[in-house]
Amino acid sequence: MSEFWIHPTLIFLIGGLLLPLIPQAARKAWLLLIPILAFARIVTMSSGTFGEVHFANWTLTFGRVDRLSQVFGYILGLMAIIGTLYGLHVKRAAEHTASWFYVAGSLGAIYAGDFITLFLFWELMAIASTFLIWFRNSERSLAAGYRYLLVHMAGGVALLAGIMLTYKATHSLAFNALDILNPTAGTWLITIGFILNAAVPPLHAWLPDAYGEATFNGSVFMCAFTTKTAVYALLRGVPGFDILIPLGVIMALYGVVYAVLENDSRRLLAYHIISQVGYMVAGVGLANTHTEFGRLAFNGVCAHAFAHILYKGLLFMGCGTVLHQTGESKFTELGGLYKKMPTTFVLTLIGGLSISAFPLFSGFVSKSMIVSAGFESGKLWVGFLLMLASAGTFLHTGLKVPYFIFFGKNNCKPQTWEKAKDPVWNMTAAMCIAAFLCIFIGSYTPYLYTKLPLQDVVYHPYNVGHVMETLQILLFTALGFFLMLKKLTPEAKISLDLDIIWRKGGPAFLWLAKKPIQAIDTFVGEIYNVGGLIPLMRTSRFVGVFDSAVIDGVVDGFASGFRNFGARLRGVQRGAIQQNLTAVFGFGALLLLAYLFIF
Amino acid sequence: MPLVRFIDFLRDRLGLAIKASIGLLALLVVADIARVLLSHGHEAAAAAQDLASAPSPIAHDPSPAAAHAAAGFWAHLYHIAETVPVFWSVFGFIACVLIVYVSKWYGHLKVGHTHIMAPEDFYNE
Repeated sequence: MSEFWIHPTLIFLIGGLLLPLIPQAARKAWLLLIPILAFARIVTMSSGTFGEVHFANWTLTFGRVDRLSQVFGYILGLMAIIGTLYGLHVKRAAEHTASWFYVAGSLGAIYAGDFITLFLFWELMAIASTFLIWFRNSERSLAAGYRYLLVHMAGGVALLAGIMLTYKATHSLAFNALDILNPTAGTWLITIGFILNAAVPPLHAWLPDAYGEATFNGSVFMCAFTTKTAVYALLRGVPGFDILIPLGVIMALYGVVYAVLENDSRRLLAYHIISQVGYMVAGVGLANTHTEFGRLAFNGVCAHAFAHILYKGLLFMGCGTVLHQTGESKFTELGGLYKKMPTTFVLTLIGGLSISAFPLFSGFVSKSMIVSAGFESGKLWVGFLLMLASAGTFLHTGLKVPYFIFFGKNNCKPQTWEKAKDPVWNMTAAMCIAAFLCIFIGSYTPYLYTKLPLQDVVYHPYNVGHVMETLQILLFTALGFFLMLKKLTPEAKISLDLDIIWRKGGPAFLWLAKKPIQAIDTFVGEIYNVGGLIPLMRTSRFVGVFDSAVIDGVVDGFASGFRNFGARLRGVQRGAIQQNLTAVFGFGALLLLAYLFIF
Repeated sequence: MPLVRFIDFLRDRLGLAIKASIGLLALLVVADIARVLLSHGHEAAAAAQDLASAPSPIAHDPSPAAAHAAAGFWAHLYHIAETVPVFWSVFGFIACVLIVYVSKWYGHLKVGHTHIMAPEDFYNE
């Protein structure tokens, strides 16, 4: 290391580790101080490559700071402040520590300059966020957390396998754009690892499952970090990869369909993350930076991720507030709450108008960049189908969520109605900040546009044609909503999704849970043989060092500790899964150790 | 709270609020017709000027990409969107109806012994 350079991730890790030691009286100040310090660090970082560490035969790069990583780092840092403020009154320190480790993983992945660093922080994110689900302390969330972790473990395996194959082919671990014109097996596996975290169907079912079960403030973090880090990774690793265009469009529409059927407000918002991230994934597919429209799409993905984090956070905070205050998140148990929670209503509505891309709100200036790029690319179907999904966005998030919680038929039980009131100051303050930023971004475009990576791309969202077009779509969607109100009334049902594959109860579950994992084991074994990794293992110091120095030492040391922890959770799932979990935890531990060891 | 009073005020006059909303939609439609007619006027004038100032035949030859884009359903739709007023109003309304009906249809598809929209205790947790 040529100079002393503080990684924002380090601030969150140390802040989170010290948090339980901070006396209760000073804890709130600490909770505000750490994210603000980290954000200040992000804002003041200059471009360049920092934190290079020579480890065995390769160079790990912890700090690649450029315009692309900075726009993501900025918004994630900002969201960490808002999310922490929102949960400021939560007493249990471990919840905050888990949130911060999660943020730390995300920021670590954003600034990672090589695949190994990326992978380590990627795993930290998965593990830390699992705790945000488990802290809900219910049977359901325990099970949901397990499922979440298992799915991400599978994604991690794909990513790691892809990284190893790519390393073998190119002898480089640098995390730059892969050769998408001649995709190898390694490219595909890395892409699969990324799109699993971006919740691209058919690898999406973990998202609504987990986000509906997490703690009221845990979901606020989760809705921002995992999918957007994956969008960043896609944009960095495979910009312009054609296959992502149809996948993104399918995502955008898939989320809309499930949102119509959904009865739980937070699961509805989760399905709408899938829809919104669909725009970004399609945008990554269009983002061939050698073309005019591709450069617009490249900026559009960043802009939409930026805006999305704020309005989705705001919506999850709004629905989380209703859950926190009343204990209910289902439309069939709510209704008519504007009288009791007017402030929450207005702030949630601002989130709804922003995600629906109303003029003067943030979605309007970001989403349209991707849609325009779709039209300009000549792939007109992309533009039209994304417009169709926009109508769906307003239908569900802009209309259905506020209407059936705050208006509509009052389904509240007497005790629900009794408990309903606007929340404590810090929750309101966090929502106000997010709401302000949603309007500010939409009304004053330079704030967002000057942060975008490609500064030569010129885009003006505010012209008569665009405003008129948007208003027509939105207001006539609203007309349709009110005409079909009866048909849209939520039913007390759940919608089956692909998670049925690993959730079926009874003996079938064990069979189903065991078989795919055995299959994955076999498959990975195959890769080792067929992919010619065995010769590599013999010849390359990379695997040799990795194996003896890192895996054996660290995993063995930490595995027993985590296995004990796992034993406490064994009530839910048994068998081979436990072993695999231990391996995942081992990787997380490896990351932490590597990190602390290096700095 | 003034906001609650305002909402109650509107709810007491629901008929009037609905009429005002319909009026707003009508206004939007009229404004869009005016916009498209005006812009067509501009475009026609601009095109005429183009012809007068640069009568190069190359400028009007469709490129292969444009020729390709000029065929098919989406291109046709795009042409309508560019030229017909209130296209996006109709698009928005149809989109809304389509989404609701397709989703409901999907929700009632059969999966084993149940439907996509299953009872809440389906997973028996």
